[in-house]
Amino acid sequence: MARMKFLCDADRCIECQACVTACKNEHEVPWGINRRRVVTINDGLPGERSVSMACMHCTDAPCAAVCPVSCFYTTDDGVVLHNKDTCIGCGYCSYACPFGAPQYPQTANFGTRGKMDKCTYCSGGPEPDMSHAEYVKYGANRLAEGKLPLCAEMCSTKALLAGDGDIIADIYRERVVTRGYGSGAWGWRTAYGDTVTV
Amino acid sequence: MTYLSRLLVACCLVLGLSVVAPIADAQINPTQQSVSEDALFEALGTGGTVAGRTTIPDPAAGALIKPENRSWAVLQGSTLYTLSIVAVVGMIVLLTLFYVIRGKIRIDSGFAGRTIQRFNWVERFAHWTLASTFIILALTGLNLIIGRGVIMPIIGENAFGTLSAWGKIAHNYLAWPFMAALVMIFLLWVIHNVPNKLDLEWIKQGGGLLKKGVHPPARKFNAGQKVIFWAVVLGGAGLSYTGVMLLFPAWAGTPADWQFYQTIHALIAAALSAIVIAHIYIGSVGMEGAFDAMGSGEVDENWAKEHHALWVEEVKTSQARNSAQVQTPAE
Repeated sequence: MARMKFLCDADRCIECQACVTACKNEHEVPWGINRRRVVTINDGLPGERSVSMACMHCTDAPCAAVCPVSCFYTTDDGVVLHNKDTCIGCGYCSYACPFGAPQYPQTANFGTRGKMDKCTYCSGGPEPDMSHAEYVKYGANRLAEGKLPLCAEMCSTKALLAGDGDIIADIYRERVVTRGYGSGAWGWRTAYGDTVTV
Repeated sequence: MTYLSRLLVACCLVLGLSVVAPIADAQINPTQQSVSEDALFEALGTGGTVAGRTTIPDPAAGALIKPENRSWAVLQGSTLYTLSIVAVVGMIVLLTLFYVIRGKIRIDSGFAGRTIQRFNWVERFAHWTLASTFIILALTGLNLIIGRGVIMPIIGENAFGTLSAWGKIAHNYLAWPFMAALVMIFLLWVIHNVPNKLDLEWIKQGGGLLKKGVHPPARKFNAGQKVIFWAVVLGGAGLSYTGVMLLFPAWAGTPADWQFYQTIHALIAAALSAIVIAHIYIGSVGMEGAFDAMGSGEVDENWAKEHHALWVEEVKTSQARNSAQVQTPAE
């Protein structure tokens, strides 16, 4: 089985926000929920870099460690998913997540959190694959259709890579060797305990 | 333009390029001078957050990588989990042992049959509001930490999710009557709970808990009860403050502050739960005649004499004074 990961090659990212838009559109993500975002570091300074970030589908996911109702599970592909029927919207996962992935709709007064929403690596939730119930709660299940996450698939500069961790690490390594520089596999050390060394 | 002039311009361009190109080659490639993750983390040190600008109108979304969150996850997911179980189960085991060895503390001289009022209805109302909300808050709070290991395997994920969702609502709303009752309790009883010399003697004699027939003198509250009082008041205040911060994360400040408050909240809750379990024990199965104090408010006179001798004297003298005043006709 593959171990699915994201890798954003910040030396290629042009901050076009296409990944963000693709994600919102593909999953009909509600207003105010951002499953993916682009963060620009050293904005306006020499050597600024933009990184597209979403759930990194961590090894030993910290969200799963703190969830009071254990609604998280890791698929055979290494994707971290959650069950919205079990989720109580306590917000613990958002404090445990190093990447700011968990999002909450405001459902009632005083800013009450609704059920958590996050990147599913385009692979839905616990409902039957590609069912209507799954689409309504989690969005499209592209993985079940044999496709990769749309954000990475439509990245115009191929900065955002999705796929088996070993394969995308190899692609990134080759790029760094060819062009002679690379700002690193952002988030990998925090998410997987090990970064891509060239 | 003629063909010749075009050729001339082209030649000039090629010539110009060949002059400039080596210089450009010698310059540093600006794209290589980019921020790198490793260098950034090194510069930030431990506890650092890689952050930048984002187009989302929420400044918090600019935080890109916060590795320290993983430490809180371990603290919350395993350390507090273990501590909470140890505190609650440990106290229950201790009390069971105490009950087996010492048994129920009886009234040595038996029931007198006459009663004396210990707590009026205001005191009992405050106590039971505090008690009932605390028990629900403690159970729903404990459920958030250890429920997934203890209750979920029994009732299944769906039922446990529903239960916890209701528990969360109960926890959020019952916190307010709890805080109100806490203030009442403090105002009503603080005057009786100032530590004094009697308490030292009471502690020296082990409160009479360990030996039969030993009854150190005490006023309305003995040293043990004072410990409960201050544990509840201070612990409750700590829980209230941190709890409000957890309810309104914007007041708490940064996510790191919120994590701090959550940890303190859980630690105080575990300690106070253990203390209150002991309090419930001694007020119910642990001691004969004790429950009436908070049940009907009227305690047996012999119980009162044994456990709160000085308080009984105070009550009797003030009663005598009152009745004397009543009997003296107004002239």
